Parts: sequence; C-alpha cells; structure tokens
Amino acid sequence: MKAENPTIFAIKRYALHDGPNIRTTIFLKGCPLGCHWCHNPEGIEREVRIITHPKKCVGCGACVEICPEDALRVTGGAILRDMELCSQCGNCVDVCPALSHEAIGWKTETQPLMEEIKKDLPFFDQSCGGVTFSGGEPLMQPEFLLELLQECGKLDIHRAVDTSGFAPTETVMNIAVHTDLFLFDIKHMDSEKHLFFTGVTNELILHNLKTLSTAGHQIRARVPLISGVNDDETNIRATGLFLVQCPAVQGVDILPYHPSGKAKYRKLAVNYKGLEMKSPENNQINRALSILREYGLDVHVGG
Amino acid sequence: MNSRIEALRKLSFETKPSLSIERALLETEFYQENSGKHSLPVLRALFFKHLCEHKTLYIGDGELIVGERGPAPKVVSTFPELTCHSGEDLRILNDRKMASYRVKKEDISMYEETVIPYWQGRSMRDRIFSQIPAEWRKSYDAGLFTEFMEQRAPGHTALDGTIYTMGMIDFKNRIAERIERLDFQNDPEASDKAEQLQGMNIACDAAIIFAERHADLAENMAETETESKRREELLHIAEICRQVPANRPRTFHEALQMYWFVHLGTITELNGWDAMSPGHLDQHLYPFYERELAEGSLDREKAKELICCLWIKVNNHTAPPKVGVTAKESGTYNDFTQINLGGLNVQGADASNEVSYICLEASDELHLLQPQPSAHISSQTPDRFLKAAARVIRKGYGYPSVFNTDAVVMEQIRVGKSVEDAREGGTSGCIETGAFGKEAYILTGYLNVPKILEVTLNNGRDQLTGKMVTIETGDPTTFASFEELYDAFTQQLEYVINLKIRVNNYIERMYAKYSPAPFLSVVIHDCIENGRDYYNGGPRYNTNYIQCCGIGTVTDSLSAMKTHIFDESGISMETLLSTLKDNFQDNEALRLKLWNKTPFYGNDDDRADDIMKQVYASLFKYIDSKANTKGTLYHLNMLSTTCHVYFGKMLGASANGRFAHLPESDGTSPSHGADRNGPTAVIKSLSKMDQLKSGGTLLNQRFLPSVLASEQDLDKLSSLVRTYFTLGGHHIQFNVVDTATLRKAQQHPDEYKNLLVRVAGYSDYFVDLDADHQEEIISRTAQEFG
Repeated sequence: MKAENPTIFAIKRYALHDGPNIRTTIFLKGCPLGCHWCHNPEGIEREVRIITHPKKCVGCGACVEICPEDALRVTGGAILRDMELCSQCGNCVDVCPALSHEAIGWKTETQPLMEEIKKDLPFFDQSCGGVTFSGGEPLMQPEFLLELLQECGKLDIHRAVDTSGFAPTETVMNIAVHTDLFLFDIKHMDSEKHLFFTGVTNELILHNLKTLSTAGHQIRARVPLISGVNDDETNIRATGLFLVQCPAVQGVDILPYHPSGKAKYRKLAVNYKGLEMKSPENNQINRALSILREYGLDVHVGG
Repeated sequence: MNSRIEALRKLSFETKPSLSIERALLETEFYQENSGKHSLPVLRALFFKHLCEHKTLYIGDGELIVGERGPAPKVVSTFPELTCHSGEDLRILNDRKMASYRVKKEDISMYEETVIPYWQGRSMRDRIFSQIPAEWRKSYDAGLFTEFMEQRAPGHTALDGTIYTMGMIDFKNRIAERIERLDFQNDPEASDKAEQLQGMNIACDAAIIFAERHADLAENMAETETESKRREELLHIAEICRQVPANRPRTFHEALQMYWFVHLGTITELNGWDAMSPGHLDQHLYPFYERELAEGSLDREKAKELICCLWIKVNNHTAPPKVGVTAKESGTYNDFTQINLGGLNVQGADASNEVSYICLEASDELHLLQPQPSAHISSQTPDRFLKAAARVIRKGYGYPSVFNTDAVVMEQIRVGKSVEDAREGGTSGCIETGAFGKEAYILTGYLNVPKILEVTLNNGRDQLTGKMVTIETGDPTTFASFEELYDAFTQQLEYVINLKIRVNNYIERMYAKYSPAPFLSVVIHDCIENGRDYYNGGPRYNTNYIQCCGIGTVTDSLSAMKTHIFDESGISMETLLSTLKDNFQDNEALRLKLWNKTPFYGNDDDRADDIMKQVYASLFKYIDSKANTKGTLYHLNMLSTTCHVYFGKMLGASANGRFAHLPESDGTSPSHGADRNGPTAVIKSLSKMDQLKSGGTLLNQRFLPSVLASEQDLDKLSSLVRTYFTLGGHHIQFNVVDTATLRKAQQHPDEYKNLLVRVAGYSDYFVDLDADHQEEIISRTAQEFG
C-alpha cells in the first residue's frame, strides 16, 4: 500500500550517534509524544510548516511577488507572513535567495529517498554501517517506513529504527520483520511521570519492548538522562530491572541531555520546556552507568 | 621524551630563523676565481667541494646526529646563483612580520659590497626574467599562473634505499666504471657525459670531506669534554662520520647519519623545492632495527631517540627565504620534508613495521613543524596502523596526512613506471607522486583555473585591471549556450597552459645547461648510467607537473552560470558580469541566489560534479599531452599549497557568489562553506574525479574535536578513509580544531605558539600564518555532526 504524504525533515549522512558505524539517518516527521527535553522539536508536527527568518531577509521582494495568496508583505524592512492566508505552498522558499523562508520538512517518496540512502552505500559496506530511521517517531508513518525498510533490505543495507516505542503493537511487530536493530527509548519507568514529561503513559511502550524482546529482535535500549527527571536511583534501578527481563536487549546507551535544541525552539517560536531541563553532571551520569551495570547490562554513554 | 631530546627540541623550536651569508661569500669568492675555467658540472661540483671544505661546522650539545647547512640550527643559507636578494629584500626579510628572517646589518652591507655586484644579472632569476616573452609577463602579472623555478631550483625529490647499501666510495667506483665505458667514437654526447660524471665524482669526494671534518671536530671536542658519557658519544659520532657517507652504514645510527649527510648535501648544493625526503624511511631502517634488536645493540627507546634526533635536524632547516610572488604562493618556514610511513614494499606486501610506529610516536611527542609524516594505507595495511595514525590525527597537529598507496602505485603505472619502482615510490612535498630515488618529478607552478574562467568572461581582459592579458575568445553576452561559454573557456585554458609550458621548458633548459646538480645526480638512478644530470633527463623517470588550483571555485562558478543563465535564464549574462565587476555591491540578493541556489561541488550532486569532471578532463587534455624537454610528458597535479590564497587575491568576484580577493577553494577540496552534506558527500564528489590520471589530489577536511572523541569515532574515521581510498581517492588530511580555539589563538598568539594546523599538504604554526591564511582555515567547513 502506498503511504500517504510521506514527510521527512532531515537526512543526515555520517551520523555518528544513531547506531553502529557509519550511518545515514532519515528523520521522519511527526511524533505522538511531546517530551520536555525534545531536541528535535521540528519533528513533532506531522505536517510541513514554513517559517521565516526575518534577520536573513535582504528585502528583494521576490517572495512577495510570487506568493499566490498575498500572504507576505515587507513592513519596516522586515518580512511578515500572514498565517491565515498562507497556504504553505512553498513558492517563497524556492524563490528566496537568502534562505529567509524555510520549510520545516518536505514531502517525499520512497524512490527518491532510496537514491539518497544509496549514495553512502560504499561507506556502509566498508564500516558495516547502514541506515537509521528516526524522527519524530518513524512509526507514525508505518506504511512509508515499511516500504523503505523493505527496499533497504533488498540492497542488504543494515536497518535501524530509532523509536519511542509508542505505537500499536501490531505496527511495531510488522516493522520488526524488516528491521535489523531497534534503538528503543526508555524515558521513565513511572507511568505518571512519563505522562507528565512526555504526554503519554508508558505501559504500551514497555509492552512493545517486551514483545520485541520475546520475539528475539535485536534491541539497544536508549536512556535519555535528564537531571531531576529520570536520573534518580529508584528510576534507574527500575529501568535496569526491566531491561534485564528483556534478554534481546544487547546493550544500553545513556544519552545525557544537552541543551543544543534551544536554538531550534527559538527558530520555531515554540515554547521550550527544555529551558527548564538540566544536563546531568558527570557524577550523575557515572552513577546511572554503574547502577545499570549492576544488572549485568552492557552500558555505554553516548549513542 | 628524554632530557636530551627535550633540550634539542627546545633549541630547535625556540630559535628564530636567521640568514647566514657564509655560503654566498664562499660561492662568490669561488666563482670570482674559477668561473670559466671548468665545464659547468665540474665547476658546480668543485664549488660544492669548496663549501664542504670551508663552511663552518656545528656539533651541538647532546646531538647524536650531526651536520647543519648553516653555521647553526635555524640559520639559513642564501643561494645567490639562483636568486640574488637585493639589500632591500634582505631588509624586508628582517623587518617583515610574517615568515621573517633575522639578518645582521653588517651582513647586509657585506652582501651589497661583495655578493650583489657579482651575481646581479648572473643569477638564474635575473637571466630568466630578462628572456621571457611579454605575453607571459602579462599573464603572470595578472595572477594566471606562478613559476616555481624563478627563485628555487627544481627539486622535490625523495630517496629510495640505495644509500643504505652503497657508500660514496661505491658510487665513485660506479662512476669510474661508467667513464670507462664511454664511447667517444660513436656517442656524440660522450664528452658531455664525461664532464658530468667527473662532476659527480668530485661531489662524492666533497661529501666524504664534509663528514671527515665532522669526525675531526667531534674528536677535538671529545678531547676537551669533561663528562665521560658525552666524550664517548663524541667519539662514537666521529667513528660514524668516518664510516658514512664514504661507506655503506652498518648500524641503525649510521643509517640515520648517512641519510642526514645526503640530505644536507643536496640542500647545500642547491635549494631545490621541498628540500629532500628520505622516502620510505621506516622500510629503510627496519633491517638495521631488526638485526640490532636481536643482537642487543639497540633497543626501542634508543631507536626512538635517534629518530627524534633526525626529526629535530630536519626541523632545524627552515626553508630558504622566498620573495615576491613565490613568497605569496608558499609563505612558510616549512621546507616540506615528508616521511612516508607504511605502504607497500617492492614485492607488493604490506610494509608497515615497528619502525613505522616509532616514527609516528616521535612525530606525536615532538609535534614539530618538520618533518611531516604521512601514513600510507594500502588495502593490505592493518587497521592497527591506520588507527595509530588516526590517534595522532586526533591530537590536531594536522598530520599525519593519509595517502592511498594503491592509487599512488596505479598513478605511476599509468605513466609507464615499473610496478616495483612504483611501489618504492610514494609522495613528497605536499601530495606529489613520484618514484623515489629514480625520478625527477618537477613542479613547475600553479595554474589559476578560476582566473582563466574570469578572463573568458572578460574576453581576454583582467576583470580587476581591465588590461588585455590573454586572447579574445568572444563576447560572453553573445553566448547562446553553456557549451559556447565552455568552449571559450577551453580556448583560454589552452592558450594559458601553452604559454606557461613554453616558458617552463625554456627555464628547464637553463637549469640543465647552467645549474647542474652533480651531488643530487649521484644518488638518483640512472643519472650515472645515463651520464646526465638530474636536471638534464638523467633520472630513470622525468615528469613535469602543473598544479591546478581552484577546481571547486571554477566548478561552482560554471554551475552557477549554467543554472541561472543558461538553464533557467533567470539572470542575464550582462547583469551577472556587471555585478561581478562591482563585486556584488548593491546586489546582495543576486549574490545570495548564486551562493544558495546553485548545485555546488562537494555535495555528491551530479549536476555540479559532472561540471567538475568536465573541467578536470579539459585540464588533463591540455596538460597531459604536452612534451617537456626530456622526451616525456607534462602531467597534472591538483594541489594548491597556499597559492589559493594568492590566486584568490588576484581574482575578482566570481559567479559562485564569492567576493573579490577572497581565497579560492584549496587543492581538490570544495569551496569554503559550499559542502553542506557532510564528509561522506565530499568524498563521493571527490571520487568522481578520475584521480589516477593525476600526480596527486589534495582533500582538506576540518573536524571538530568532538567528532573524534571516542574509540568508535576513530573507527568511523578509519572507515571513512578506507572508503575514500576504495573509491580511488589519493589523499586526505584532517584539521581537528574548533573555531573558538583558532579565534583565541588569533587574540593571544603567544599562548598558542605550539598550535599546528594543516595548511596545505603540510602543517604550519597557526600563529605564523598571516591574517589571510588564518581566516582561510577558519572558513573551511567544520564537519561537526552529532
């Protein structure tokens, strides 16, 4: 079945922290969660959105001229967009010489995306790397994701799916058939806190992880570590205890929170809850590391 | 690093370069007495002997390897027979801020009284410039190309393993045997050959005398030395200097001293570009290392100490001072001695050995300007060696640079060298391929390819001055298609290349006739057998390279015109040309459109990369088919050293949205900031160039330190390199430094005296670069990722 409106928001080649070896990461747009610390806020919305960087504008007026909805005007040297009128057609993005208009994401299809993925095949072959589908939440576009995974499979490209795990179990298991490795986030073991910090409870997520593990799929668990959110001993121990019950989890990556997403929030004019988030200190990271290791888990810091 | 090495390193690092006029005075005195009495090869050899007999010697505290070109470390000789510096030149060298050389006032007076009156009008530079055609001068002054041989001798040589199996006495025997076989009845060149061979024979004697004088000095010093350990060392030095270079070396220590005497001989005789390089030093030293380690007469630490001593010796030898355009194209103290590590042996097996690792460690610990280690990676090279190199790269010195042995071998086989000679070959200077010990592979100068496009757009005129500098190839506003534009560009290209080659060939004959290098000719196969000088077709292989600059800038500019003028016709040629002349003044929107909305080279985008391939094919077509004076051909080389900064200064605004006078793209790297898809995309773009058809390409990559933080990151870097080489890449090098550090170094140069960065095919101290070069490095795309 052909996916409707497949949308992505980034392609990153030589991605260093999205799975083993040299990888290309495809970021699919849309996420059912709203984590306070999210460092890819541009991936949350499912639809493409056009934003404007007034500081970059050189005042050439090309976008005003081309806009079919008359949604743009230059006032006092700054470009303004009337969101009511804007139909998100993207003409302004195409015509602007200064990159003052930016489309957050773009619609794509399987074949052109496969062409991009194939470009780094020699690097995948040499390093045993491959492709990682991330997001957003890649499972938000299951048909599109499945098609990409199948195409990559035909070319023997190693496939990783970086997921929050928040999707119908059936969808997860369908995807798993064509996935070589899951990078599976464990954000919080306490469902209420999970709900508070991410907008959803964790039961489905944990169930999916367990189901994947029982079916023997390869998994690396990823624990974003945020000071004061999930780095307390109780939570880390609960995480460790849960993960040892999932024998297919080969290892755990602790991903210390870093505030690098702030600029993106400013750009998107989105309220950033991450401003209140704090990076863990080294001793907090080391504590989490040693606690998880107590459970016999293979734990690393960084992706 | 032990205390001896620490002290020697400190002296070498901290001593400021200065000039000595001793060589010039000895030369002037010798020429006044002897010029005209001998054939030129004999005259040059006798002068070399005169130097070896009379120059001031130096054996420093704690030294184990001895010999200096000047009277002390970091003291540089002048070569008035090639370039006779004026009193004004010397004052500028003393006073200028960057790459300065201390010159004593009384030395300048002495120079003006004695040296200049004799050499003015007689130096190679004066003679060359008095003879060159006016049209060459116009193009040269416009910055369309540079000329390498106008003030330094053609050089650029590395040695094979011969000097570790033969001493000067063996070479003398070989020369005598060759003279015996001269056929004066049938060979019209027999008497020329006899003179050349006599010169070589005298040069061998000179080298022996030079070593014997060091032996005498060491013995004298030993007599007054109070410390017994040093006394023994001095006596050992004396013993070594009596063994080499007269005879073949017997030990690891003697092998290093042997090389050093030969190195010194070649850089004293003349000042050939890129000094001298030992070639595959790790391979040459390994048999000595292995045997002595087994015998117990050497251990790993001692071997490393001796290698450090050689490294410091190389570092003591600052490049001879350059002036004029040459100072701009290569403004550095670095004289480019390169040490090839790893690679293949002559039989085609992996050659990395324990000495390779020791050499890497020495470079890491000393992190000096010179010599520049390079890691040679073949498909057989173990990952351990590549990772050992990557660990040094991570330190951020800009070295070792990394070369693809399999490509280097193929490049040489393509031009007809034997597979064995190709394997013993490698790279020297920055990235230039050659058959070590058997080839004169001479750089002739840089070609400003973006400037050739600029004169095309101005119908033969210089966009900056309006002067007619080449030929008319049509008014570009009348061009109806990209093909017409490209056709005009290739006509200009052919004109400029032909002009350059015509003068190159003339200069080359000047060197062959008037400035032979008999000592260098002794150690390069087959000069003795051919009875010909290194500069006169004596070596087994003879190659001329023209170094093509700015492939990124020219590709992007052509791509911009193809996209915006011919394909989409959104911009008229008239508008573009007038905007370029105005340096985009009042038309930032057009500049940004060109810069942001054009497919650029370095992004794995065929729309741009196909244009790069087209330009590369044209360069190949017009260069690779041309004859040099030695019966072989010119080849292209794709390095820029620092010339992309000088060429950029001579270039107006370009159609890729680059402002006038900013640097061009370097080597075969993408334009600064044009590569926007990360290092794998850059590598893919580069690999579309048929690199095996050149004598080398150069790819700079700047990585932020965070990208190389973990062991896994090093694995990924190794994979990146391996993949590039699988795809046919010749060379890659890395700067591992963040912008903040570079900015701090600009503000507080004294605190960052040690900060080495990769400039071109070599590293340099960041604080020793002028502001333009500093900015150029900062503007290189930083690959950060995450």
